[in-house]
Parts: sequence; C-alpha cells; structure tokens
Amino acid sequence: MINVLKIVVACFVFCTGIYAHEGHNHQHPSTTTTTTQNNGQTTNHDNTLNNSQDHSTHDHSTHSHQGHDLAAHTDCGHDSHSEFKADETAFHHISDLNVYSIGPWNFPLPCILYSKDQGWSFFSSSKFDIDNHHHGSGNKAVDRYALNMGRVMRIIDASFPMGEVSVQGFTTAETEVDGKKKEINYVCANGQKYELEKTSSVDGGLFGGGFTSFYDFSITKNVFAMLLVIGFMSILFLGMASAYRRKPSTAPTGSQKLFEPIILFLQDEVAKPFIGAKYERFMPLLLAIFFFILSLNLFGQIPFFGGANVTGNLAVTMVLAIIVFIVVNLNGNKHYWEHILWMPGIPAWVKTLITPIEILGVFIKPVTLMLRLFANITAGHIVIIIFISLIFIFGKAGAEPGAAYGASVASVLLALFISAIELLVAFIQAYVFTLLTASYIGAATEEHHHPEKNHH
Amino acid sequence: MTGSIVAIGMGLAAIGAGIGVGTIGGKALEAIARQPEAIGDIRANMILTAALVEGAALIAILMAFLVK
Repeated sequence: MINVLKIVVACFVFCTGIYAHEGHNHQHPSTTTTTTQNNGQTTNHDNTLNNSQDHSTHDHSTHSHQGHDLAAHTDCGHDSHSEFKADETAFHHISDLNVYSIGPWNFPLPCILYSKDQGWSFFSSSKFDIDNHHHGSGNKAVDRYALNMGRVMRIIDASFPMGEVSVQGFTTAETEVDGKKKEINYVCANGQKYELEKTSSVDGGLFGGGFTSFYDFSITKNVFAMLLVIGFMSILFLGMASAYRRKPSTAPTGSQKLFEPIILFLQDEVAKPFIGAKYERFMPLLLAIFFFILSLNLFGQIPFFGGANVTGNLAVTMVLAIIVFIVVNLNGNKHYWEHILWMPGIPAWVKTLITPIEILGVFIKPVTLMLRLFANITAGHIVIIIFISLIFIFGKAGAEPGAAYGASVASVLLALFISAIELLVAFIQAYVFTLLTASYIGAATEEHHHPEKNHH
Repeated sequence: MTGSIVAIGMGLAAIGAGIGVGTIGGKALEAIARQPEAIGDIRANMILTAALVEGAALIAILMAFLVK
C-alpha cells in the first residue's frame, strides 16, 4: 500500500514537472517574438514590485494575444502551441518519430532517405538541430528535408536551397482540396512559407498522407525500440537454450523458471488443442510471435521512456499478419482448400454463395489480426495520453495553474488505473494473437472425417 | 469533433461490443460455476470469442477515426 502511494506521489510530481515544462513551451514563442513588449514590461515590473501578481496575469494575456496577432500577420509563428489540442498531442505521441525523446532529452537517430531526383541521403537526425522545447522540431533543414514534430518531411519547392538552412518554425493550415479538408504543413525559412509533404510511412498514408516523392528508410524510434527488444530477447533466449542443452535433466534455474511455465502453457493450452498432432512444427513460430508481441507491448508500457508504440503501428502488425497469412495458406491441405472453393455437403446454389464469402474470409482473417493488435495497443496509449492531457485542458495550457494542479491528481490516478489495465491487455493481446494464429493453422491442417456426409 | 455523427457510430460500436463481451463473460462464469474442473477450456474459448467480438468493435472505431 505504501509502495502504491509512493508511485502515485512520484507520478504526481513528475506530471506537475511536465506541466511546468509545457507552460514554458507556451510562452517561449511569444518571448522571442515580442522583445520590445518585454522590455517595456520589465521596466514596469521594477517600478511596481508589490503588484507582481496582477502583473503576471496581465503579462500572460497580452503575450498570447501578441503571439496570435503575429501568427495571423505572417502565417509563420509557432501557432501550433497557442492552443492545446488533445487529439493532436495524442496522435503525435503514438506516431513513429525520427528522434527518440525521453523527457527533455532528444537522442538523434540515423536518417536514411531516398528520393528519385536527389538519390540517397544518410545523416544523423542531430543535423536538424532538434529543438528541446517544441517536441523535436528541427531548427535546420538538411538537403530539402525538414524535421517537423520529430518526423522527416520533404520540402516540395525545388527552389529551396540544398544543404543546411536554418528555419524559423512550422505552421499548419487547413485547406479544402476536392471538397475534403486537408491539413498541410508549412516550414518557414528566409521569411517565406514552403509547403511540406507528409511523412513517408505506411500508416502515415492511412491517416491522410498518401504517397510521397521520398522514401524514409530511417532507423526510426520504433525500429530502434524493436532492435533493442530483439537484442535483449536474443541474449535471454539464447542463454536459456544453451542452458537446456548443457544440462537437459536438471531443474530449471534463473530465467528458465519464469519462462518454462509460459512456454509449457502455450504448448499445452494453445498449440496442442488447436493444431493437434502436428503442433511441434509450429511451436517456434507461435513462441516467436507471442514473445515478440508481448515484449514490445511491455516495452511500450514503460512510463517516461519514450513510449515506443511499436505494436500499435499498423506496418508492424501488418507484417506479423502477413507472416501468419503465408504460413496458414502454405500449410493448408486439400480439405482446407476444398472447404473454401467448393464446400462439400451443401446444395450447388448455396455453394455459389458461400465460395466468395469463404475466399474473402481467407483475407479477412489476417486483416482482423492486424487491426485487433493495432487498435488495442493504440487505444490504450491514446487513453493514457488523453487522461494526462486533462491537466492541460483544465489548466488551459498555462492560464489556470490551480485547475491544472487539481486535474493532475485525478488524471494521474486515472492514468495509473488505465496503465494497470493496459498491462493486462499487453498479455491478453499477445495471447490472443498466438491463439488465433494457432486456430487458423489448425483449421488449415486439420484432417476432416466428414461424419456429416452420412446424414445427407 | 463536436457535433460529428462519427461519435455516435463509435458509441454504438462500443455498445455492441459491450453487450457481446458481457454475454460471453457471464455465460463463461455460469459454465465455470457449473463445471469448475473445465475452467481451462472455458477460459481459452472465452478469451478467443471475446477477442473476435472486440475485433469487430475496434474495426468500427478505427473506421470512425479514418472517415473523420
């Protein structure tokens, strides 16, 4: 109980820390843009020291007003921070980035970019001169690539100079293209606005990106997290495998004690009942899928550790589902294909109805596998971020500190509660993915005896 | 997001999944109460069915996000 209290207090302290950090963010653009205003007020501040409380609130309101005015005039301010938007924050935090941020620190990652007219570009994302106060936007553009909110985007305009160019900021404008509202990002450099392409990624395309003129093969945050987890798991599992080989008949020790029951559970409760006699062939696949998903789910759950949302990325779950799709259909026996293409034991006219549905079912199975894992993990991350966002929603992004402190108590408790549920979901989703894989393989390799034929 | 019909769709999807998963959980508990020795089989099948039902709801919610 005392430990739980300690965790709650630690989370509370940390969240108020974030709150202070965000508040700083909010004021940062206006302090840089309205220096004259600041100077005037500083002298004013010296004269009336005992009026400082009134003064600071007044100070804030004029600041935000000034910032807004400036953004409206040139379309080139840091207007993304003038108002807190919970959905944008959530989508930013669940998306893949070209920089690994832990708290205020940004760790650069290698960028590997390709475009038809420019060829390959290799450089570290530290070349973008990442800003610590704006969620990893770059202060520089490199070879017509810019880092907007931690993601590499390409500047469409061919007149933009190559090499390193310092940029003033990023803006987003909503315009209507073919009757659809589209958000277009702009980068500001040399006092001018340049249009940016969307990020080049599979899920980026699904969320309104479409195809881009460049390809991003970078070691992104997700890829880095995946490599980290794969390295960790290789050490763990290869060590255990060699321990079993060296001493096959002794009692398990160390990590073997933890993993042997899990592996036996998967063998006895998942593989044997669903696949049947030939289960041993598929055990490596099932175990690999289970532990890969489980460890990445848990890695994404570590608070304040960058929150790499790997299994909540559509591209990752799609590759996993494609592997399952290939394995199931390569191992499908005669009965499996017969049941899909020409279902036995029913009238011919029903067969013509059933066959298209069964063929669709072959593709729908991996699609639901892909979407289930993606949606569960993404939903969990979004819910936690939205609960943390309550602090900023109630605090009006720095305008009402009292409400923010009040909301932080509730939101930390709610986020803690959801985190506990997400821990459960991490295990359940890894289990469900493995279970469904086993049941699809089982359905494809099952030997049918057709007892129902006797009735017809 | 305010005034969007998408929100209603997401709510309906959640209601459907809630009814489905609730029924599955309730029936599984009844079955376990009647036959406690079959808890392993019941649990495995319960989670499998619940995942299938939940999958439909999550696809609906995802679609709601995409058409937003």
